[in-house]
Amino acid sequence: MTALENEERTPGTGEPLVVLDKVDKWFGQLHVLRDINLTVHRGEVVVVIGPSGSGKSTLCRAINRLETIDKGTITLDGQPLPQEGKELANLRAEVGMVFQSFNLFAHKTILENVTLGPIKVRKKPKAEAEARAHELLDRVGIGHQAAKYPAQLSGGQQQRVAIARALAMEPKVMLFDEPTSALDPEMIKEVLDVMVDLAERGMTMVVVTHEMGFARTAADRVLFMADGQVVEENTPEQFFTNPQSDRAKDFLGKILKH
Amino acid sequence: MDVVLDNASAVALAFGYTLSLFVVAGVLSGIFGTLLAAMRVGPVAVLSRAAAIYVTLVRNTPLLIVIIFFRFAGPKIGLTWSFVDISIGDLNLNNLYAACVVGLTVYTTAFVCEALRSGVNAVDLGQAEAARAIGLPFSGVMREVVLPQAMRASVPPLASVQIAMLKNTTVCGVLGVLEAFARMKGLTNDYASSRTEIFVAFALIFVVLVEVLSFASARLERRWRVA
Ligand SMILES: Nc1ncnc2c1ncn2[C@@H]1O[C@H](COP(=O)(O)OP(=O)(O)OP(=O)(O)O)[C@@H](O)[C@H]1O
Ligand SMILES: [Mg+2]
Repeated sequence: MTALENEERTPGTGEPLVVLDKVDKWFGQLHVLRDINLTVHRGEVVVVIGPSGSGKSTLCRAINRLETIDKGTITLDGQPLPQEGKELANLRAEVGMVFQSFNLFAHKTILENVTLGPIKVRKKPKAEAEARAHELLDRVGIGHQAAKYPAQLSGGQQQRVAIARALAMEPKVMLFDEPTSALDPEMIKEVLDVMVDLAERGMTMVVVTHEMGFARTAADRVLFMADGQVVEENTPEQFFTNPQSDRAKDFLGKILKH
Repeated sequence: MDVVLDNASAVALAFGYTLSLFVVAGVLSGIFGTLLAAMRVGPVAVLSRAAAIYVTLVRNTPLLIVIIFFRFAGPKIGLTWSFVDISIGDLNLNNLYAACVVGLTVYTTAFVCEALRSGVNAVDLGQAEAARAIGLPFSGVMREVVLPQAMRASVPPLASVQIAMLKNTTVCGVLGVLEAFARMKGLTNDYASSRTEIFVAFALIFVVLVEVLSFASARLERRWRVA
């Protein structure tokens, strides 16, 4: 366990870690991110919520530059995101990402999935990387399946491995893009439990999710996006019980009905 | 079969040429095809364009024309290959042989590139994205994640390409390499009454060779299948 993980959690009091300043992005004619200003502090958990197509994934992917932005700046720990090449790869190593569709490396075992980054990117010795991988796999409850291939695991198990794979890089911040929306209901909880645990250990997290339970237990802030804009920003309690904008009221009305 | 058996050593030598053409052009087209495929799917637009043009040009030209080009037009522009003069046992690999290898390689490279590209396209985009997300640079994404999976998906089309190439080596018979086809033609001329059995015997040997290749490819595919 690193020092960070043992630290007592002090929401939102850390210094700024991820800062988006006046960020705009277009996909051709489509203005997907409009003047986004967002500061995520060290140790903070920010949940991003909003209707389909509102730009949540794009926002997430912009933070580790899987998508480029057209205007504005994004900084991580005070450093602007590099354009290309080695520095960009280094930046991505500092930012963990968990995808909706898991994206575990299909031709590698669970253990190899978790050790690939530490060995190839961080240049850790194999034995050390494997020891750490076993620790992380134990922590997400997959310890005894390390020799299997991704296709042999359930969706929930695969997603927990994906979290372990991201954690193995010891990232400064973790991005989650709808990590549970491809999962059967009975598997959602096992993944959310791992995420709550992570939040409690002080990880800085940006989570796109519609899981209100998670937002209420773990989030310091909820960001509501619509049409590429941050329409509302509040504590989870305030946001869910007392939304201010019509867009948010309308959206919550729809998801609460289901 | 008597005719073929009586000339066993000549037939064996002929298939020696055939197989050596196949192996040398197979290895070379494998190397160049991989490089071309990397250009084709890589992030540099100019290289990708250049590779696409190469594939279109070469793939749409009949093999015989490609080989004749290197055999007859090549020397006119200084590609004589006269420095090639290697003897391995009874195999004599001269400048004609070299021109054929070059022609076969140039031609097959385009097909290898396309087979590999189809394999790369078969790999889910999320795989490359996850590899980038853990901080692998482009080369690492390719080497560690995309290519191993693409190779697996490419085995069947690559096997087809190389099987076609094995049979394509017969074109070299017209251009002065005493490979299987040239030897068969020679035998059918010398033993006109046994033409049918000569044809059948040579065809059978090709069938066996192709079957060996198919078997190897099927084995490889099974071994590499994701568990
Ligand atoms: N690569 C792309 N090229 C063009 N348009 C895109 C691309 N990716 C996303 N879009 C469009 O940009 C808009 C925002 O997409 P994004 O995926 O960020 O939305 P989202 O809020 O994550 O939606 P969802 O809840 O459906 O995941 C959508 O209208 C989408 O169709
Ligand atoms: Mg999305």
